[in-house]
This record gives sequence, C-alpha cells and structure tokens, in this order.
Amino acid sequence: MSLENRIAEIIVSRLNVKPEEVTDSANLKDDLGADSLDMVDLMMDLEDTFNLKISDEEGNTLQTVGSVVSFLKTKGIEA
Amino acid sequence: MSDKRVVITGLGVFSPIGNTTSEAWENAVAGKSGVRKLSRIDPELFTSQVAGEVRDFDPSELLGPKNARRNDRYTQLAMAAAEQAWADSGLDEESADPERVGVVIGSGVGGMETFENQHAIALDRGPRRISSMFVPMMISNMAAGQVAIDLNAKGPNFATVTACASSSHAIASSVDAIRLGRADVMVTGGSEAPLTMMSIGGFCSMKALCTTFNDEPEKASRPFDKDRSGFVIAEGACILVLEELEHAIARGAHIIAEVAGVGMSCDAHHITAPAPGGEGCARAMKMAMQDAGMNPEDVDYVNAHGTSTNLNDINETAAIRAALGAQADRVLVSSTKSVHGHMLGATGGMEIMLTALALKNGVVPPTATHESPGEGCDLDYVPGTARKADIQCALSNSLGFGGHNVCIALRKYKGDS
Repeated sequence: MSLENRIAEIIVSRLNVKPEEVTDSANLKDDLGADSLDMVDLMMDLEDTFNLKISDEEGNTLQTVGSVVSFLKTKGIEA
Repeated sequence: MSDKRVVITGLGVFSPIGNTTSEAWENAVAGKSGVRKLSRIDPELFTSQVAGEVRDFDPSELLGPKNARRNDRYTQLAMAAAEQAWADSGLDEESADPERVGVVIGSGVGGMETFENQHAIALDRGPRRISSMFVPMMISNMAAGQVAIDLNAKGPNFATVTACASSSHAIASSVDAIRLGRADVMVTGGSEAPLTMMSIGGFCSMKALCTTFNDEPEKASRPFDKDRSGFVIAEGACILVLEELEHAIARGAHIIAEVAGVGMSCDAHHITAPAPGGEGCARAMKMAMQDAGMNPEDVDYVNAHGTSTNLNDINETAAIRAALGAQADRVLVSSTKSVHGHMLGATGGMEIMLTALALKNGVVPPTATHESPGEGCDLDYVPGTARKADIQCALSNSLGFGGHNVCIALRKYKGDS
C-alpha cells in the first residue's frame, strides 16, 4: 500500500470520514471536522503506525492531508 | 413552597426489558425477565454470571459513527434514551426556549469501560498513549453534557452521583429546578454501563450479587423472596422529560403523570449496609408524602427499591411499615428489578417511569419472580402476576451505597384537578 493510502486509511478511521473526502488539500480541521482532541489521537496513530516521534511543534504544522504525507516523507518514510 | 407543579411529558428507555417505552412496559407487566447469562464479558471470570444487558443496541446506527467512537457506552445509552424521550415529549425549540431546558443525568460510576480500556493501554504502553478522549469519555457528568449538545438544551446542567440513588436524585433535583423557576423543562434520569471486569468483579467481592441462579438467569433477581441471594447487575438508561404543568398545558402536551413530591435523607450509619429498620428510607418516604400533600392512606402503590439482597429487602419492608403504618397492610408493593435487574445509577429512572405508567394505565407490574416470602418480608409484593388497580398515588424508592435515600411521590394525572 502506498504511503498516501496508509495515511488516508488512518484518517478515515480516526475521523469517521469518507475515503473520497481525504484529498491532498483537505484541511484536517476545517474540511474533515477534526477537533483538538482528534488531532492528539491522530498524531498518536501516526506515531504508532510509522514508529516515529512527532513533537507538538511538528504536529501543529500538519494542517492538511498533503502536509502529513510530505512530513512523513521528510522523516524518511516511503510506505 | 412554590405553587408550580411538575408533570412527566416524555419517556425514553434502553433497558434489559426493551429499547422502547411500550416494550419495556409490556414486559414489566407480563413479568417477562430480561436477565440472561452474561455475554458482554466472559461469565466464567465471576461468581455471579447473570446480567441484565441492553440487546440490539447499535450506537453507530443510532448516534452516528463519530458519536459512537467518542462516547462511553453509558453516554451512548443516555443519548439514545434522551432522543427518544425528547421525541416522545413533542418539544422543539419553538415550544421550549433552549435556555429554559435543563439536563440532569445521574450515573453511579460513569465511563467504567473507558477507564479500564485506557488503563490497560497505559500499563502496556505507558501513559503517553492514553487517548485524548479518555477524560471526556470517562467522567460521569458527560452524559448530561452530551445530551445538552444533542438537544441544544442550555439551562441548568449537571450530574448526580449517589450510587444506586443517582437517577432518583437527578429527577428530584430536576423537580426542584422547575419549582424554583430555573427551568420550564428538565430532561432527566440516569444511565449506567457497568458490565465490565472491575464493576462486576468489585460487586462480586462485596458478595452483593446473586450467585445461586447462574443456570436459571430469569429467576435470579428475586426481591423479597426467601431464596434471594443478591442483586442482578444490569445496564441501561432511562430518561424522563419533566415539564412545568402550565407550560405543558399551554402547548397541549400529553401528560403521563404528575411528580408530586420529593423526599431525601441519609442513614449516616454504614458505607453499604442500610440503617436498622430502614430508618433513613422511612424518613425519605415520609418527606416525599408530606411534600406531595399525601397521607399514608392515600398511597396505593410503592415501587420498591427491592434489590433482592438480604439486607435491603428486610429493611425496606420495615421502612414501608414505618412510613405507612396501617396502610402498609393494604398497599401494593412491587420491585420491577425482578425483570430488569439492578440498573444501578439508572434504576431510579427506570422504576419512576414504570410507576408513572402504572398510574396512567391502572395496572401494577408484579414482582415477577417472587414465590415464597423471605423472613421479615410480609407485605403484598404483587407476586408473579400484574394487578389491575385504579391507583391514584404512588411512591418510588431508591437507595444507594453511602446511605443515600430518595423517595419520589407520583400522582395520577386527571386533567384539571
């Protein structure tokens, strides 16, 4: 499974959104309805799935689906 | 004292004997037990293996997947019951000013399942993996908070936590709120989801649960019976819509019964055992009658707390005698826990609902499993079969660990009286 698809799967399950809503430019809060509590748990899901640490500062920069994808790529995660 | 009167104009329930008011009422009257072999958790773990479970409850379907994921089962049950009660009342934002609608929902322990699941994660993977939803899901006031969001109810809002008297305290506080003019409408009752390792295990350790009918679950909850051996743990939610009488009449509401009086007291005696002679319970009953303007001879029916434990049933019987005097030999007494089990923080709501329907329908639901009275249990417990009776005034008792006693007095509603 591609990195994009794995991330999409996590977002769909955490935020209870439809897969087609999870586009590159979709904003996690404004478009996908995440609140601050969802964001904390979403970061934990990403940390557990990809086995990395996401600092609060890094987490705050992750506003869109696309930003999550590129962040994980900068951490050397490809799939 | 305020001259405002309080009536019940909506009911909602998810319980071991049904997920609608009519189903629960019919099963209570038919004496059809909802107690089964425990299935939400491995029964072999416990000495008591029977329970009253809410069946066919799909929170995702009823509340949406997001609400289902972000709320403990106790809150889910409360939300579903409150939606039903609100629909039954016919109220909306036109007929009730949202700022004049309050919510008080009791629970004995709140989000026990959430607590246990997250504690397991914390032990296994460390406290940094505790979900951000842990605290809001676990706290015992979230049912009241979440129901207010659902109904846009912006009036007084809180939770009551008094073990098995929680929902009766919620209803009592709601009556007060309406009488004091703090709200026109109160959405109130209780919710509990205690079928978890720690709850069942804890009550088993107290020797509070029935262990002698594991192979005959439907007979396990036997209030006032000589073969009773403890209560049957159960889950569920029951929510009532209480409304100021003139408000209800003005909008042409269907009125189920009047909540005429409230009594409450404490034993100040022991953390779990009732006071000798049911002294505290008797005082709550007298206070409720006085508040309602009822004399002992007016009381036709007592919906007993009747847990099916040795101590409760003897002492509550003594309390009914102390409170009603000679009327105790005439009054009908039943414990519907015989069919729905002990729903703990939700049980008062359930029983006050059934008492209201008994007044409305002129039928007293039985103590369905009662066969032979236990020692010291010498009242008419309406054993086995429902009784047709044109009852006018009724009392419903709820008693909680901590020595908390609540009695709610209800009166048949007969229009302009």
